[in-house]
Amino acid sequence: MSQAPLIRPTANGLYCEVGDFYVDPWRRVGRAVITHAHSDHARSGSGAYLCSSSGEGVLRLRIGDKAPIQGVPFGDKISWNGVQVSLHPAGHILGSAQVRIEYQGEIWVVSGDYKTMPDPTAEHFEPVPCHHFITECTFGLPVYRWPDSRLVFEEINHWWRENQTQGRTSVVFAYSLGKAQRVLAGVDASIGPIAVHGAVANFLPLYAKEGVSLPAAERLTKENAKSIKGQGLVVAPGSAQGTPWLRKVAPLSLSFASGWMAIRGARRWQSLDRGFVLSDHVDWPGLVDAVRSTGATKIGVTHGHTAPFIRYAREELGLDAYDLPTRFVGEQAGSENVEEDSEEEGRE
Amino acid sequence: MKAFTELFYRLDASNRTNDKVQALSEYFSTAEPRSAAWALWFLIGNRLKAAVKTKLLREWASQLSGYPLWLVEESYNHVGDLAETISLILPEPDVDEHQPKPLWEVVEDKVMALADWDGPLQFQLVKEAWSSLPSRQRFVYNKLITGGFRVGVSRTLVVRALAQVVGVEPPIMEHRLMGKWQPSAAAFERLLQEDDDASADVARPYPFYLAYPLEGSLEDLGELGDWRAEWKWDGIRAQLIKREGQVMLWSRGEEVLTERFPEVVSVAARLPNGTVLDGELMAWRDGKPLSFAVLQKRIGRTKLSTKILESSPVAFIGYDCLEWKREDVRKNDLHQRVTLLGKAIQSLPEDQQGILLAPAVEFQSWEDLVQFREQSRARGVEGLMLKRNAAEYGVGRVKGDWWKWKVDPFSVDAVMVAAQAGHGRRSGLFTDYTFAVWRGEELVTFAKAYSGLTDAEIREVDQWVRAHTLAKHGPVRTVEPQLVFELHFEGIAESTRHKSGLAVRFPRISRWRTDKLPADADSLETIQGLLNPGQ
Repeated sequence: MSQAPLIRPTANGLYCEVGDFYVDPWRRVGRAVITHAHSDHARSGSGAYLCSSSGEGVLRLRIGDKAPIQGVPFGDKISWNGVQVSLHPAGHILGSAQVRIEYQGEIWVVSGDYKTMPDPTAEHFEPVPCHHFITECTFGLPVYRWPDSRLVFEEINHWWRENQTQGRTSVVFAYSLGKAQRVLAGVDASIGPIAVHGAVANFLPLYAKEGVSLPAAERLTKENAKSIKGQGLVVAPGSAQGTPWLRKVAPLSLSFASGWMAIRGARRWQSLDRGFVLSDHVDWPGLVDAVRSTGATKIGVTHGHTAPFIRYAREELGLDAYDLPTRFVGEQAGSENVEEDSEEEGRE
Repeated sequence: MKAFTELFYRLDASNRTNDKVQALSEYFSTAEPRSAAWALWFLIGNRLKAAVKTKLLREWASQLSGYPLWLVEESYNHVGDLAETISLILPEPDVDEHQPKPLWEVVEDKVMALADWDGPLQFQLVKEAWSSLPSRQRFVYNKLITGGFRVGVSRTLVVRALAQVVGVEPPIMEHRLMGKWQPSAAAFERLLQEDDDASADVARPYPFYLAYPLEGSLEDLGELGDWRAEWKWDGIRAQLIKREGQVMLWSRGEEVLTERFPEVVSVAARLPNGTVLDGELMAWRDGKPLSFAVLQKRIGRTKLSTKILESSPVAFIGYDCLEWKREDVRKNDLHQRVTLLGKAIQSLPEDQQGILLAPAVEFQSWEDLVQFREQSRARGVEGLMLKRNAAEYGVGRVKGDWWKWKVDPFSVDAVMVAAQAGHGRRSGLFTDYTFAVWRGEELVTFAKAYSGLTDAEIREVDQWVRAHTLAKHGPVRTVEPQLVFELHFEGIAESTRHKSGLAVRFPRISRWRTDKLPADADSLETIQGLLNPGQ
């Protein structure tokens, strides 16, 4: 193919020189294409932003209402200096996108974060044929194989009911954007009242606006604490653990909804009563499928357990896979047991 | 197997004592006895010997999952638990819900049976189990065949739950569970009876009474005269039983030691029937203790050669009497029990050296005890024991009447040079460290330690290790020699295990010396100086 790669890593992030734009830059740049609004992908201060129409609302909430953001429908093509850019559903959270970049017949796709499993609060992942696929690899080991989310929600419902008989308030820790809404959409709201943390509540009107139906959930306050206590379900970011805010509905049963909960050691490491295996990232079988279904022969692997997946893709799948360094120095830190995204509300 | 697996996960999921006890009592009151017997046997800490080599398990998992062996190994390094790794990477099982396998059948036919076969035939059995058990049961099964079965529940809680089910006091249930019993329906049903004739089982030991480390100062103990002081012996805690002409010697881990200590047993045969003594097995010569390392030589052997008997002589140092003339005397006070102990030993031939009386340490003031404790190392003991004269012999670790007051540990500042990911709860985090001290310009390793840091510190060190790795050797990483830790340990011996030529006993991290640089760490000469004080 062409001499210089169409996309290359730079100090600011992934850069397309011909089109002069970055994908999810971590510094201020001229033009940024944003895959989704999680804080490790979306930073404020750049000159212009492009994101999906359905992701525009949450992105504005994150980086500023007045930010120069252009939302485009999935599939629409934008042309910058002969480079065609379009966004395609990634299934990670509401409005999350893969970025398709085409120039002189060569097609690259940057996946951003994605998952292939169904989620009523996010557009379903769509495989995009390409030559060169840059994929995330957060859970790049075969021990990560997600259970059917219906079974996970049955487990959550059962635990909630059980807690009611013991007079304990059920608390699910989940990332305030994406996971929290997915939890709300999945639980059986007829079991009892539901309350949320402010960080979660802020996003709810934006989900409603995009037509995602969620059960009624109030912010937890002094006033409604009485009706939640012992009966209700509280969805909050992990940073709420051990705070007076949460203590007002004690006694509690604490749980965490995350892909890391698939491993017993990770569950036991935290002082939690339950760990629910619910991830917005792709699992191992999904990763292998996604990579295959793009038809790409060059695979850039970034973020997570990259080394084993690269070797597997090279030796077992016959693909030209390589490591694409992220801004993280060395490998991802051991707190991976705790944080799924390096979001500010991540527990530490 | 299903009910037991559910119990395992309930115990694993909760941090609350009440939840655990409730889960246990629900299980014991509903499970069928033959399986319940096995469950109980595992829950109180018994293990089956690993029947299958873990190397084979990894290979089979690779073969059945279709993943290359290196990927199975990578996964294992990440998860930190082979049983779990395998249960996660194998294909979904083909489960016949109508044919659930009871725990006893899995244990007796699919786990114990493995010991009778070699690799290829074992594979058939294991494959059958893997493909028929749902994934959680598969995990528990893997735990059973790797012999590493550990449940997040203490023996005390198991005993409490079972006592609750039967309607007896926990100490009574604890006594019933002592000693060796075969897991069977009959054994379990016997436990559930309201009355149980303890004397029916002549070999059965009493539960051991355990001391707490001394808290606060000696003055807080109250009246000087209320207390008896003894040396804290550095040997193997043991219970010596003579009943119906039979002698039994039990360790605190309820292992039968009778055949390992013929010098003690031959003397004990002359005790009156219905005598049970509590004491310490020590390597002992000419009225003095030898080091624990000498005793260790004895423990390792199945056959005792004349040479071993001569080079590692032993004695039972008695310090309590639990049964006298077939009567349980544990409710008597310490003073009375020690008198009975004296009588028992006096009944033996005068020149025997196998069973000796632990002397009291005579003291006139608390200050005397402080002085005596200082002499512990020179005397070859671990410190002092303080026992209340008026106290009965309790069950388990109870605060208030028995205190151990150990001598301060050795302390050394050492540099971390390598790290390895932990297992179980610590899996995925670098928590097992190798430490070195200076020999001239060179750092030489002398200890591995993995406990002593807080969870927050562990996270911090873990991140540091990832950012400062020099090389990876399988699961072990050598790191830049920068971090200094204060290590504590109990003893020092020459050894080829570490580069320094020394090994220390019970090393643990006392604290992270963020105030020190590697150059401030101790030298090998310092440790050698501790080994040979005064030289």
